[in-house]
Amino acid sequence: MKRSRFPFVMTGVVLVFFYLPILILVVESFNSSRFGGAWRGFSLRWYGRLFHEPAIWESARNTLLIAVVVTFISLALGTTAALALHRFGRSRLQRVHYTLVYTPLVVPEILMGISLLMAFVAAGVSLGLGTIVLAHVTFCISYVALTVLGRLQDFDFAIIEAARDLGATGWTATRRVLLPMLAPGLAAAGLIAFTLSVDDFVITFFVAGPGATTLPIRVYSMIKHGATPLINALSTLLLALTFGTVLVSQHLTASKAIQSIPPE
Amino acid sequence: MPEARPRWTMRLGRRLSEALLTLPSFAWLALFFLVPTLLVFVLAFRPADPFGGIGRGWTLATVRALADPQYLAIAWRTLWVSLASTALCMLLAVPTGYAVARASPRRRNLLLMLVIVPFWTSFLIRVFAWKTILHPEGFLKKALVLLGLADANASLLYNLGAVVLVTVYTFLPFAILPIYAAAEKFDYRLIEAARDLGARPFQAFRRVFLPGVRQGLVTAILVVFIPALGSYVVPDLVGGTESEMLGNKIAQRVFVDRNLPLAGGLSIVLILAVLTPLLAVLALQRQAAAPTAGGEP
Repeated sequence: MKRSRFPFVMTGVVLVFFYLPILILVVESFNSSRFGGAWRGFSLRWYGRLFHEPAIWESARNTLLIAVVVTFISLALGTTAALALHRFGRSRLQRVHYTLVYTPLVVPEILMGISLLMAFVAAGVSLGLGTIVLAHVTFCISYVALTVLGRLQDFDFAIIEAARDLGATGWTATRRVLLPMLAPGLAAAGLIAFTLSVDDFVITFFVAGPGATTLPIRVYSMIKHGATPLINALSTLLLALTFGTVLVSQHLTASKAIQSIPPE
Repeated sequence: MPEARPRWTMRLGRRLSEALLTLPSFAWLALFFLVPTLLVFVLAFRPADPFGGIGRGWTLATVRALADPQYLAIAWRTLWVSLASTALCMLLAVPTGYAVARASPRRRNLLLMLVIVPFWTSFLIRVFAWKTILHPEGFLKKALVLLGLADANASLLYNLGAVVLVTVYTFLPFAILPIYAAAEKFDYRLIEAARDLGARPFQAFRRVFLPGVRQGLVTAILVVFIPALGSYVVPDLVGGTESEMLGNKIAQRVFVDRNLPLAGGLSIVLILAVLTPLLAVLALQRQAAAPTAGGEP
């Protein structure tokens, strides 16, 4: 039976739609013209200029610092949440817990931003890097918890029992058996948390206060104030970083992906 | 999960270990998600203080301000833009999700990767890329004028069309993935059977395939529609004053007027707008089957 070619043509159109804007942006970053549009020759001047913008590097440093702290805290909180949901999933407490973990995923960012801002202001907490970390952990926990929970569902807990039968204490069994087997899932979850934290603009913008600047906030103000060629160059660097990250994460999940390919 | 509990949890004390494992995330989310969300409903009835804080005492100033007809118009526009973006996303995502699921395994992994990469790419950069393209001096405008499809004075940027286009661009990967996930599990022999029984291709698609991937369609609609309702960056960067959405108004009340209670009042309107489709889907799903926990985000 002949299959319709329409969906495959449509997929091609969608992929062009996805990548053409990104491609244009990358090409423009090497355009020596100040205003874009017309090609004035290949140049690395905008990349060079980037290195003389201390404000960008300061905000990049803040972003990295925040992302590292957020990744560790949300990994700890999200993993314990996943373990609780997996092992006690049927209790009433875990149903409430699951709702609490799941809901932040479906709440628009701006609502989380404004409610956290109002809570911080009402409680007299001064805004800055600290409040950004608190906000980021809050939305990263859910992603970490659900990613780890997905891995736990493939996990054979009989192995833990075997370790216990062989004389391991509960803590030893957790540390020497459970955690190593969960490691790829934890790495994937950590990567998601890190990426979300690095990329977040809306919530950060609300809870940052006037002093603290992260890279997305810097990029946003550059877009607003029209520093176009510089953003092209900065975006290209960030895109290269993203592609690298995706390759690493594909590598981390590679064994799983291969198993999922059915034999032809 | 088997009902018989392994010994290691029994010994620790089931209740105690559950409490210890649940407490950290539960307390954090209660303190930084649940309480702040509920607090918005309380603080909206506080007066604004002139320094951008929240004053003491109670007032209905926010309610009175919300009665301003401009907010009704903006709420209506927010709904309309979100619906249009969701519909366009679905039009593109359904054939794409289907095609990715039906591609040969090798090709499928490549296609999946190509769909996922924009998913990981900075949101601001993707919006900015379109701002460059739609710019009066940009690539698309020049091409359209050259082809005689656009007037040299027409603006592609700062209007509702640009907001819908860029919203579709940024949310499309999120719509494709759940549809792909459902289409991958679909049994395509059902379509062959329908065709054998005389259904035309489109009929088989509409009456057999679409109901078969319903769960994926519902998820895709929700993951586009709900964040679209809360859009702020896209209308702010590629829209004009005539294409402002609720999110823009919330941000203006916070950053321009420094009136936090009114911003809270507007967010309550947004919360109600988000809850309506969510509760509708939950009610429908409760009828169908009990949801199972877990899965990749």
